[in-house]
Amino acid sequence: MAKIIVVTSGKGGVGKTTTSAAVATGLAVAGHKTAVLDFDVGLRNLDLIMGCERRVVYDFVNVINGEATLKQALIKDKRTDNLYILPASQTRDKDALSKEGVERVLNELSELFDFIICDSPAGIEHGAQMALYFADEAIVVTNPEVSSVRDSDRIIGILQSKSRKAERGEPVKEHLLLTRYNPSRVAQGEMLSVQDVEEILAIDLLGVIPESQSVLKASNQGVPVILDDESDAGMAYSDAVARLLGENRPHRFLEAQKKGFLKRVFGG
Amino acid sequence: MGLFSYFKNEDDPKLSAQIAKERLQIVVAHERKQRTAPEYLPALQRELLAVIAKYVQIEEDDIQVQIDQQGNLSVLELNVTLPH
Ligand SMILES: Nc1ncnc2c1ncn2[C@@H]1O[C@H](COP(=O)(O)OP(=O)(O)OP(=O)(O)O)[C@@H](O)[C@H]1O
Ligand SMILES: [Mg+2]
Repeated sequence: MAKIIVVTSGKGGVGKTTTSAAVATGLAVAGHKTAVLDFDVGLRNLDLIMGCERRVVYDFVNVINGEATLKQALIKDKRTDNLYILPASQTRDKDALSKEGVERVLNELSELFDFIICDSPAGIEHGAQMALYFADEAIVVTNPEVSSVRDSDRIIGILQSKSRKAERGEPVKEHLLLTRYNPSRVAQGEMLSVQDVEEILAIDLLGVIPESQSVLKASNQGVPVILDDESDAGMAYSDAVARLLGENRPHRFLEAQKKGFLKRVFGG
Repeated sequence: MGLFSYFKNEDDPKLSAQIAKERLQIVVAHERKQRTAPEYLPALQRELLAVIAKYVQIEEDDIQVQIDQQGNLSVLELNVTLPH
């Protein structure tokens, strides 16, 4: 039986796909058979971030409609063992993911994998609800910014009322992942701090990913940023995956890097 | 950051992150209450408004209806601002 983890946020563009790719890769590197599923119907992007866009033949909706088997549609990652990608469909029919269809695919995947990572689309509509409905756990991706925090609280409300677990009276385990964090702006009082966001959302902190140039570089190359083990964002994602697996690791990259006096005065 | 903004924090009475936090705390608390409120609450509020409006002149936002959880009982709280 696989553990199903949804990566969700409500607000768009906060780093769900970046996180799905990183977490799925991290779990696979740690030796767990992992599938990562793109639920963003019509806006397929996970394939690009994973670097397998040219190998997409069939997609999630093809499998649901019986036009392809799961084995045909799953793309085996070229770099990382134990890792498979199920791309989203580019159809414009937003309701193409039926609840029964998604359940069938997840049940079949559950027999084959240890972890299933569901990359949610933005919003709180059908696609986002399908991505979270069957989840055992949720990674709530949040930026330290008012609208992202508010939307995260809404999605937490939906996890607590509209997921399958909630309907059965069981809790979905929620993890806060604060991304695009800029410690020097926090130090200046210009950005909400980790503690602020934790206090408002009141869920467990899985990790803090700094705002980092390495993320754009990784997406340019189609290599999940977690594989860039020299980068701050890559290391922060590795820590988060280790915590997800039960390890206790201290949080890094929370403090602004010390700058020389001249740099502080003249900018940089 | 320039030479002047380097000292800015000391005379800036409230940092913008602090304002953000306070605004979020209020809006999130409000929305959580609405989420857990029973579905009939908006309709109840409208009907109460209609009844009270028969006797005094009030507007839609002069009336607030909410349900507070206190231990194992719920309290229906009705706040009406009356004109002078
Ligand atoms: N830690 C980070 N540092 C810098 N840039 C980041 C970071 N995380 C994400 N980004 C950038 O933010 C943008 C949005 O990221 P991503 O596509 O992962 O978000 P998303 O939540 O999946 O978006 P959507 O809601 O559209 O699906 C991308 O350009 C990505 O490179
Ligand atoms: Mg995305």
